[in-house]
Amino acid sequence: MNKIFEVPMYPYERHADQDASTPVRHKVIVVGAGPIGLGAAIDLAQQGIEVVVLDDNDKVSFGSRAICFAKRPLEILDRLGCGQPMVDKGVQWNVGKVFFDDREVYNFDLLPEDGHKRPAFINLQQYYFEEYMVNRVFELQAQGAPIEIRGRNKVSAVGTHPDHVTIEVDTPEGSYNLEADWIIACDGAGSPMRSMLGKDFVGRVFEDNFLIADVIMEADFPTERWFWFDPPFNKGQSALLHKQPDGVWRIDLQLGWDIDKEREKRPENVIPRLKAMLGDDVEFELEWVSIYTFQCRRMEQFRHGRVLFAGDAAHQVSPFGARGANSGLQDTDNLCWKLKLVMEGKAPESLLDSYDVERIHGADENILNSSRSTDFITPKSEISRTLRDAVLDLSEHYEFARPLVNSGRLSVPCTYDGSPLNSADALNGPARSRPGSACPDAPLGDGFLLPKLADKFTLLTIDADAPDVLEESGITVERLALSVTDDKTLALKERYLGDAPSGVYLIRPDQHVAARRPNFDENQFRAAIRRATGQE
Amino acid sequence: MSDQLTLTPNIDGADDFYAELLAVHEGLSKEDSDALNARLILVLANQIGNRAILTQALAAAALKPEV
Repeated sequence: MNKIFEVPMYPYERHADQDASTPVRHKVIVVGAGPIGLGAAIDLAQQGIEVVVLDDNDKVSFGSRAICFAKRPLEILDRLGCGQPMVDKGVQWNVGKVFFDDREVYNFDLLPEDGHKRPAFINLQQYYFEEYMVNRVFELQAQGAPIEIRGRNKVSAVGTHPDHVTIEVDTPEGSYNLEADWIIACDGAGSPMRSMLGKDFVGRVFEDNFLIADVIMEADFPTERWFWFDPPFNKGQSALLHKQPDGVWRIDLQLGWDIDKEREKRPENVIPRLKAMLGDDVEFELEWVSIYTFQCRRMEQFRHGRVLFAGDAAHQVSPFGARGANSGLQDTDNLCWKLKLVMEGKAPESLLDSYDVERIHGADENILNSSRSTDFITPKSEISRTLRDAVLDLSEHYEFARPLVNSGRLSVPCTYDGSPLNSADALNGPARSRPGSACPDAPLGDGFLLPKLADKFTLLTIDADAPDVLEESGITVERLALSVTDDKTLALKERYLGDAPSGVYLIRPDQHVAARRPNFDENQFRAAIRRATGQE
Repeated sequence: MSDQLTLTPNIDGADDFYAELLAVHEGLSKEDSDALNARLILVLANQIGNRAILTQALAAAALKPEV
């Protein structure tokens, strides 16, 4: 049987655009049909914006690649209408074990907070992730949404203009030209779009190679994340074992810098390494093997006129902490509502500059965290190794050292502190829901808060009065009136009010807080709406 | 608790402490001594806890005290 990632899902078909006498203009063209490009396209199409996705191949991700998806991206996928199949298929895990040399030094439980619709993490192969997103595209198409994916359409040239972008696209039947009002470039770490526009991509190279092997085995390892520092089976290096659906296990082995990649990838060299790790008596089958190196870097700006970069095309991190695909989905979550308002003439083009500000803030946070994890996992000097080993030795005996162990600080959403879209915090409320934060979820009887906050500006009132609808500068804001009594667990109160008796929140279409006050003050909230849409 | 690193004498029985510090390294290889020192730094840093004082201590140890 063919693997899912070996079968074309959106095979090349000739399109009328290829026979047009003058290049056809589209509203938005998304370059790349990975998780980020598909996320952008679904987001826009759901809101009625015409979008064409161009992908240089016609299949989902080759191999499992990104496997660890965090709560915030799952919440975004809920908004995009494809969170449920991911969570249904994905493997949930909470326990992590840390090994040093030949012994377990400690284990931890993520202890996810109650009262959230989505779990802290799921593990799911990127090919399933993309399959479910492509299925969502097909579902939207069946409903008449203006979205299409063109397989084996590779962008080969780009021309930028003040009010549009021109591109040349290569297909199996030759090339053709297209125009777009806007382009979202989600074409990955090696982004040809970035190269064609001659944009920088500077940062830190980590001189190391990692072998990824996905193995299919019937093993009774528990559903836990196991991380080894300097294990006997991979001396001086690190190793990771993590479960995926369908009995597939991700094994990640650090190999060092001076290796022959092609040689190391051959099964006759991979299998002995795996046997040394898993034991001679474990039967397994190799599904996919890859060797990767990584860099931590970002573009200086993500917006270049009418070309907007997102995901790995804009920024790259080490895999430790699952901050790649997870942060890319937060890019397009941030971008699409802004682009929609600009396209509708409801916000100035300069609103898009806040995408740069907010997501560069996010990228820098991710780069910082993943660089620190990498420095801990792969110490680059004698003294950094000595200190690292000291932390690990102490962690076996004393609890105090465990927070210093860094095998990846797992992805959490970035708070846009200092964003030009935020209004000053006027509520003496919990820090976690201050302006700039992604709204924490909370239970509401049989349902949850976040699904009620999607795609539009919302005025969330908790035990406070306010008009049901507020219109300001072309933006319609609807009220969601709640009371602390709507949530018997009191999570809503704890997460949004703290000690305050009431609260009014202005929440953006991407479920981030723009403003909050103890009560509704019309002038203040009108100003906050203008500010959150780049009009002030 | 003060946010100021103490850089005046603060250990009772300083000679005894110093002897104890040397004694714990006795017979260790250079590598094992380095490892012990690293563990000691981490244990002491946790005891101090205060981030501002730790920053001052790092600068003091680097012989680059803040002016």
